[in-house]
Amino acid sequence: MSSSSLSVQGLAKRYGDFVALAPTDLVVADGEFLTLLGPSGSGKTTLLSLLAGLVPPDEGSVRIGSQDVTYAPPYERDIGVVFQNYALFPHMTIEENIAFPLKMRKVGAAEAKRRALEALEMVHLPHIAGRYPRELSGGQQQRVALARCMVYKPSIILMDEPLGALDKKLREHMQLEIKRLHRELGTTVVYVTHDQEEAMTMSDRICLMNAGRIEQLGTPADLYFRPRSLFVADFLGESNILPAALGSRSGDEVEIGLGTQGVSGRALANGNDLPPGTEVRVMVRPQNLTVARKGGSTPDGLQGRVSEVMVTGSLTKVYMEPLDGKLPPLVAAFPTRNDDDAVRIDDVLTLSWSGRDAVVIADSARAAGTA
Amino acid sequence: MTMTHAQGAKRHSPPPAWRKPVLMGAPLVLLLVAFLVFPVGQLLALSVYNGQGFTLAPYAQLFASSLYITVLWITLKISLATTVVAVVAAYPVAYLISIAKGPAKSRLIFWVLLSFWTSFLVRAFAWVVILGRNGVVNSTLMSLGIIDTPADLLYGFGAVLVGMVHAMLPLAVMTMLAVMENIDRTLPRAAGTLGARPGTAFWTVYFPLSLPGVAASAIMVFVSAIGFFIVPALLGGRKETMITQLIIDQVQQTLNWGLAGAISVLLLTVVLVVFLLYDRVFGFASLTGESAVVRNRDTAMRRLGGRVLAALGSVSDALIGLVPRRHPLRGRSERPVALTAFVWLLLVLISLPAFLMIPLSFGKGGLAWPPSGFTLQWYQQLLDSPIWMQALWRSIVVAFGTGLLSMAIGVPAAFLMVRSQMRGKGAMLAFILSPIVVPRMIIAVGMFYVFAQMGLVGTILGLVIGHTVVAVPYVVMTMMAVLRNYDTRLDLAAQSLGARPVAALRHVTFPILGAGMLSSFLFAFATSFDELTISLFSSGGLSATLPKQFWDEVTLQVSPVIAAVSTGLLLFVATLIYVADRLRRRSLAG
Repeated sequence: MSSSSLSVQGLAKRYGDFVALAPTDLVVADGEFLTLLGPSGSGKTTLLSLLAGLVPPDEGSVRIGSQDVTYAPPYERDIGVVFQNYALFPHMTIEENIAFPLKMRKVGAAEAKRRALEALEMVHLPHIAGRYPRELSGGQQQRVALARCMVYKPSIILMDEPLGALDKKLREHMQLEIKRLHRELGTTVVYVTHDQEEAMTMSDRICLMNAGRIEQLGTPADLYFRPRSLFVADFLGESNILPAALGSRSGDEVEIGLGTQGVSGRALANGNDLPPGTEVRVMVRPQNLTVARKGGSTPDGLQGRVSEVMVTGSLTKVYMEPLDGKLPPLVAAFPTRNDDDAVRIDDVLTLSWSGRDAVVIADSARAAGTA
Repeated sequence: MTMTHAQGAKRHSPPPAWRKPVLMGAPLVLLLVAFLVFPVGQLLALSVYNGQGFTLAPYAQLFASSLYITVLWITLKISLATTVVAVVAAYPVAYLISIAKGPAKSRLIFWVLLSFWTSFLVRAFAWVVILGRNGVVNSTLMSLGIIDTPADLLYGFGAVLVGMVHAMLPLAVMTMLAVMENIDRTLPRAAGTLGARPGTAFWTVYFPLSLPGVAASAIMVFVSAIGFFIVPALLGGRKETMITQLIIDQVQQTLNWGLAGAISVLLLTVVLVVFLLYDRVFGFASLTGESAVVRNRDTAMRRLGGRVLAALGSVSDALIGLVPRRHPLRGRSERPVALTAFVWLLLVLISLPAFLMIPLSFGKGGLAWPPSGFTLQWYQQLLDSPIWMQALWRSIVVAFGTGLLSMAIGVPAAFLMVRSQMRGKGAMLAFILSPIVVPRMIIAVGMFYVFAQMGLVGTILGLVIGHTVVAVPYVVMTMMAVLRNYDTRLDLAAQSLGARPVAALRHVTFPILGAGMLSSFLFAFATSFDELTISLFSSGGLSATLPKQFWDEVTLQVSPVIAAVSTGLLLFVATLIYVADRLRRRSLAG
């Protein structure tokens, strides 16, 4: 484990009666790319603002490296912030914008110019030094904001939805760009987004937040395949969530019973050690469901009638109403094929999954009311 | 190690929450308390206190003859007529400006601003020249053979109304424009896609949305008109005497402070009643150009209003239908020709009077129209006159002082109004803006009384303080508008990049706000430079400012030097507006 570059203890912020951030602990490792993910109002931007020193906390502490910076103003923290709308200074040229932090650090003019141009090279925009921010496209402004932040090599870079204003294609391109810069510079990055795909693509770890607290902290795969709560399962990607009763345990897998027709299956216990008979939820990702026509090899499996078929490019999604009316609608996804034997509406299909692809979620209480 | 961190944390712990707002707001509030509330209060108190004790004698005097009530009635009549005409005329101008784009818009605004900032005195005096016995109208009509003997156009209700409307029109346009600029331009278009013809779309969608602007401009014009004395004094006869002129008489000629106070109470009561009515109907929020919350009440009035507007819409559509239509799609991007022509005609009319002073100032024949010959003697006289030159110099010094003082106390207050979440902000803003709505004459007389006790009459300092009281609301208003458009994240960005608060102000906030701050300064400068009411009393007999000197000249002896002064003022204002606009655009470009 590498040393921590940023740590937060019991950090909390209220605005009147509204709890923007409940007391929160968080440790970010040196060089890590950590994403704060969550819906709006979940506290992610509050946490970022507290880290940056843009607002003072009500309680708790923030440490950068070995230094307590809880109440230090932004200009005394060794951080860089990339703002949502870039916050480029409209009255300065691009070069002046990028040289600004160096000027504030009393770097000589010639040296500042050299480093500013170097930073522009890094973001592949060497020819725009003399222009003004309004003359640039959104993507270019974004890169300049990055360059301005990297030019003074802060130990931590905080990014607040930096790609929110860009269109999808440009956003994907900039995601790769930011990843590349992160790799090349080795800086610690704390990144805020509400886009779960973006979080999955970029992060070493994701800190999923909800209602002012951390819902789950882990690698993208942890959160995606082993969610601790319905909220997590629901927030990251599409999922099927089925009510189930626990059966007997074998290794890290457990037997489950679904619905009223005695359909059974298997799922990962996911660290839950609950007695047989407990009512839980089981989550299966759409792409992990296998579908077969009725009368196939698993006649006893879960059966559903197709209500909608959607071809979304690389994937085809099939929406189904289970024949057992007690179960919620399901969705399965598989690679789109040039296939004559395509699934049609009203077909009845049998569904199955491997025990390693389904996971038990015991903690359903907190997810209530968050949907 | 932990100890030093704890100490470090303590050093950065935020200062008490009340300190900053108090430091930012207190200077302005103190100034207004000392030089607005106190003087006006003194004046009002003088109406019930005669040096020995309580008395109602001034009120007995006030109501003893019908004179004062008659004058009040005349004042209300003139103000109301002025308001109606000015608002109706201003609407198309403001509408055209709000829909115009690019250079066309700048041109329109330039001409409105030019009138707005051209001295009231110059504009009122121009009408004396136009309507006089040897004036532009009479000599033109006579040379055309339409009339034989000059008609008496001056010194009547018509002349006063023309002069008043002319004086108030730019104010009406600017106030209305503030609201119209915020109306979402897609709404009438949306109405169009939903099946409304242009006339109906305008009357049922755009017009109701612009009503707060109309109301705001109406009350601004009415309140300004009711306290106005320049136009009725120059253009009116005995039957057009307004109430402010009576106050001047009481103070300057009979020295009857008690009666002056009683008249002020009367005037202030009328203004207050008007404001209360306004607040009941529209709410004060519409005054500052902030989005007025539309109260949805389904009253009989509302339904009637809706029906009237719908009817107006159908009538306009029928009228529009009469005009032979060109290809609808081809005609769409064209400018509204008739409207544009009408607005330009209006703008020419309101600009022309002041421009007439230019040929007169070079003419040999004095102030009679048409000018004849060419001479620079009036300018020579002006430059040789120590009285004029001292007045000019004093005005410039006072205006600079007013600009600086207004900025120093107004800018922090504007920051406070826009950025802080403190309680009582609305009340404080109303207080800061109150010098605009209290009739200027009452402020001026009260201030004179207080200044006399403090030995400030005739001093530069007294004039600077007096002018700052009336100029600072404009500084706060312009700065608030500027600050609302300022993205505060730029400050945070600067700080996150290592700039200390002072460096962030110096390198980021002020450079970006620079143009806005300059225009606020110019606003205060120009307000002071053209201020007559306060200067009339507080400059004392000897140390006149330029407007005071101008006033003395036109009321005592009319000389063509006035035309030269007017030309100089016009040129000065035009240059100021041009430079300010240039700077503003450069800052937008940068």
